[in-house]
Amino acid sequence: MQIHFDQELKKLKEKVLKMAALTEGAIRLSIEALKNKDKDLAKEVIRADSEIDRIELEIEEKSIELLATRQPVAIDLRFLTTGMKINSELERIADLAVNICQRVLQIADKPLVKPLVDIPKLAILARRMVKDTIDAFVNKDKGLAKKVILSDSEADKLRNSIYFELIDDYIAKDGSCGRQAVPLILISRHLERICDHATYIAEDIIYMIEAKIVKHHRDKLKGNQ
Amino acid sequence: MDNNIRIEVKDVNFYYGKKSALQNVSMDIKKNKITAIIGPSGCGKSTLIRLFNRMNELIPNTKMEGTINLDGENIYSSKIDVVEVRRQIGMVFQKPNPFPKSIFENVAYGLRVNGIKDKKYIREKVEKSLKNAAIWEEVKNRLFDNALGLSGGQQQRLCIARALAVEPEVLLMDEPCSALDPTSTRKIEELVLDLKKKYTIVIVTHNMQQAARIADYTAFFMMGDLIEYDITDKIFTKPSKKVTEDYITGRFG
Repeated sequence: MQIHFDQELKKLKEKVLKMAALTEGAIRLSIEALKNKDKDLAKEVIRADSEIDRIELEIEEKSIELLATRQPVAIDLRFLTTGMKINSELERIADLAVNICQRVLQIADKPLVKPLVDIPKLAILARRMVKDTIDAFVNKDKGLAKKVILSDSEADKLRNSIYFELIDDYIAKDGSCGRQAVPLILISRHLERICDHATYIAEDIIYMIEAKIVKHHRDKLKGNQ
Repeated sequence: MDNNIRIEVKDVNFYYGKKSALQNVSMDIKKNKITAIIGPSGCGKSTLIRLFNRMNELIPNTKMEGTINLDGENIYSSKIDVVEVRRQIGMVFQKPNPFPKSIFENVAYGLRVNGIKDKKYIREKVEKSLKNAAIWEEVKNRLFDNALGLSGGQQQRLCIARALAVEPEVLLMDEPCSALDPTSTRKIEELVLDLKKKYTIVIVTHNMQQAARIADYTAFFMMGDLIEYDITDKIFTKPSKKVTEDYITGRFG
């Protein structure tokens, strides 16, 4: 029973996974572009974003069509609504990778104000959180989703330490380095926002699995791992 | 007894001859709420609601065990008048079944058979019932036309008016929209939502979306067993049992 619908849901899931793979790739390449001050690579990430936007619309249109024509309930309803939310979060994550590349274009022609230490750490964390949320979605792994949510504070700490270091140790002492330092502050902000979006996806995945809304109620996660 | 409970079903078994149609069903129907009964054909849902107004005893060679209380009183007790039970618990069927009489007489019928002769009272009651069934505006200028000239949706609302005229406490509806178009269905659903302020409503439906739209509680039956009974939102977003999920998502069978 419901063979056609199951096939349509499977196709939709595959599309979300394709979107996830492209988004993960965009983050990875944007970090590469930053590390190597590679303007061509940065431009390539910016250009490739239109493909992610296209898939986002495809997923959205298909989801709306299935909601209208199949009127899903229970797990099907939770899967479809979660899929739609994951879709928009991934698109925003990809936009943040584009933002990182735009900052790279601003700073690539001059030496960096300092060697990159915490930014690569934050980048690794952001990539891992995005990857874990997608794995949690594929494997319906609520433990992994909870782990992602609990990692978010680590991202905030790293971003703060990058902010304070660049402001206190560089901009405050030598205002002329602002043009090179501010883009790095913004990059740390973009990376931290990627972690936030990964967290939102993880919250949606817990809803999909357990029908329990943990958004704005992180206390519900405690003692339930 | 819990004051919020209108009908209390306790350990009910029902048999058509030797064939068991309901097994050990226990459930409470809440006052002024809409309770939907869902389940595949032959699961016992119509049998159950026909037990609520003692209609199954009109079928020969059937047997019921257990108790069904209406406001704490066993409706199967020998002291109870079956006509009174059917006045308190009205019923609307799948196919609209107006009498081949005028619109007015259809609604007045129940009052007349209950011995009411006061014409003014009957007139007022007919108007009130037609208003409560949200059909007054459509029929007020042709009350003495034959009811069979109404559309299917109007006939069904007329049948609801007929059921309401005798002031029941409970309204049983056995797939009341299955023969109606979407517009008439929407009107009946709106009406049912209004009626729950005054009545307790139990509705059997094959239309999952209808149950999801209007019911406060939903009971899922299969092969005579009550599988799951919960708040409607819970049944349609996160049912507790796998078999309920399989049924409502259409993966059953």
